[in-house]
Amino acid sequence: MLHLFRRSLLSMIGLVLILFLIIVALFAPLIASEHPSYVEVQTEQGTTRVEERWEIHFDRKLQSPSLQHLFGTDDYGRDIFSMIVYGSQTSLRICLMVVIISTLAGIILGGLAGYFGGVIDEVLMRITDVFLAIPYLILALAVAAALGRSIDHIMEAMIITWWPSYARLFRGQVLAIREQQYVEAARSVGASNSRILFRHILPNSIAPLIVEITLDLGAVLLVAAGLSFIGLGASPGTAEWGLMISEGRTLMFHAWWYVTFPGLAILFVVLGFNLLGDGLRDVTDPKLRR
Amino acid sequence: MKTWEYIVRRLILLIPVIIGVTIITFTVSHVIPADPARAFAGGPKAQPEAIAHIRAELHLDEPLWKQYFFYLNDLIHLNLGKSYLENRPVLESLRDYFPATFELTMVAMLIAVPLGIIGGIISAIKQNKISDHFSRIIAIVGYSLPIFWLALMLQYLFAYLVPILPLEGRLSVGMVPPTTITGFYVIDSILTGNVATLSSSLLHLILPAFTLGFSTLAIILRMTRSSMLEVMSADYIRTARAKGVPERKVIYQHGLRNALIPTLTVIGLQFGALLSGAVLTETIFNWPGMGRFAANAVLGLDFNSVMGFTLIVAIIYVIANLIVDLLYAMVDPRVKLGGG
Repeated sequence: MLHLFRRSLLSMIGLVLILFLIIVALFAPLIASEHPSYVEVQTEQGTTRVEERWEIHFDRKLQSPSLQHLFGTDDYGRDIFSMIVYGSQTSLRICLMVVIISTLAGIILGGLAGYFGGVIDEVLMRITDVFLAIPYLILALAVAAALGRSIDHIMEAMIITWWPSYARLFRGQVLAIREQQYVEAARSVGASNSRILFRHILPNSIAPLIVEITLDLGAVLLVAAGLSFIGLGASPGTAEWGLMISEGRTLMFHAWWYVTFPGLAILFVVLGFNLLGDGLRDVTDPKLRR
Repeated sequence: MKTWEYIVRRLILLIPVIIGVTIITFTVSHVIPADPARAFAGGPKAQPEAIAHIRAELHLDEPLWKQYFFYLNDLIHLNLGKSYLENRPVLESLRDYFPATFELTMVAMLIAVPLGIIGGIISAIKQNKISDHFSRIIAIVGYSLPIFWLALMLQYLFAYLVPILPLEGRLSVGMVPPTTITGFYVIDSILTGNVATLSSSLLHLILPAFTLGFSTLAIILRMTRSSMLEVMSADYIRTARAKGVPERKVIYQHGLRNALIPTLTVIGLQFGALLSGAVLTETIFNWPGMGRFAANAVLGLDFNSVMGFTLIVAIIYVIANLIVDLLYAMVDPRVKLGGG
């Protein structure tokens, strides 16, 4: 199976992009040339870090990309390269939290619905119908607006938006696998419901779930960045990619680099997740391979 | 089952979904905010009198289930509440902004669907050739692009660096809109024979419609390509070729017709993406549509407007998908309405 994945150049590019993202996020303090909202100040006691998110450094504001500031500086004189490096942490955290929690909710609710069927199934499916009748970004927008501006709130809003699709996906898996002979065999030897669900059904339905999750990570980042861009996410001055584009927008014609580089960061990460997801799907679903 | 019977049945099935959506919008507007009255009155800066007034108007001292029925009763009477930003009924605002959004999404579709399908066909019949690689790259980049960033980049390139297209808006500054007949500037300009507004409105549509349609184009391209590849390896295609049907006819009559079915489903689902994308695209291009209205409402804590917009979008979205399901049955005789 692995050799198929390795043979596909695009999937490998995806994998490399995502590994790169993870490395950048983990080692942000080592990679960034400075902290986006702290500066080192020389005092008599030595160097200390002082927060100065709102301090404008007139001597270095809105500088175009150079060797010293790879992606230029913003209107406060902060280094955009460093902001993007630190922003990777926020992006990765949003993607993982949203997808992991909605997947867990989806597995539990979809699993119950698919396995027990009947009224539980009917009720749950009608609930997911309702959620899926509202486009992702718009539902998340409405919920996040009610919760108020913060990154945690857009994550909560997105979890509320995303769980139904996982519940349906997993329910479908359970329905298909429930009828398999090995499940019947397990049942006939007296395996308990939870044993059948967690030992037999879950492991056998994990592959399509992983493909879906990988592809969704990119979609989650796009929606999160969009909400941030509108002004629902991080508070002003935070190193968050969507917000940076929104703040750079008014200065676009004076400082093209301010909006360009955070956007490229989003593009490459989403591209990475999509290429990786496509590659995984080709490996796990031989029908689609060509 | 007859077509109209099916339509009626499907419409009836939509009722519980729409009621469900109203439960969501009710919960989001009345239950989640710490103080709904303050939220409706415009947040932290709200005047105490305004809050008291809204508290009484929305029956906020009643139990929740009663509040919900008041809310539902208003909706049945087509009352989506008042927009505090625009100081008029939300429905009136949405009605005024709807044509702009509709025009934009339709033009986006008109760009995305033909280009996506043609690209997908070329990609599939020339599999692994340069044109195939090119369109696959377009496809994967297209649905990985943050739409708001694409909008800004296009503005920078085509309205600033090489200023050949207008930066924002529906018409040039100072131009009087054509007499309102349909609300679509392009159609109204044609109907009133106004060449100036016609060319201006078309020019103003190019960037936002391309921005909005690009990810849809990518998805349609990808879907058409993969279903075309699948169909072209089917037995009946081999049969057609074996009995000497010309290749063009094989591709377009035997292949494409069957390959388009999955594409159609994708187009239906893309309406959701377009309506979402409209919020971002309209904000950037200062396009006076429902999306820009919603984004402003979110920032201005104008809850009635946000919830009204959400509800209307859900209704448009489910109806769009119903229409696609009907088209499905027309294209594919194997699909029986209401069967299965």
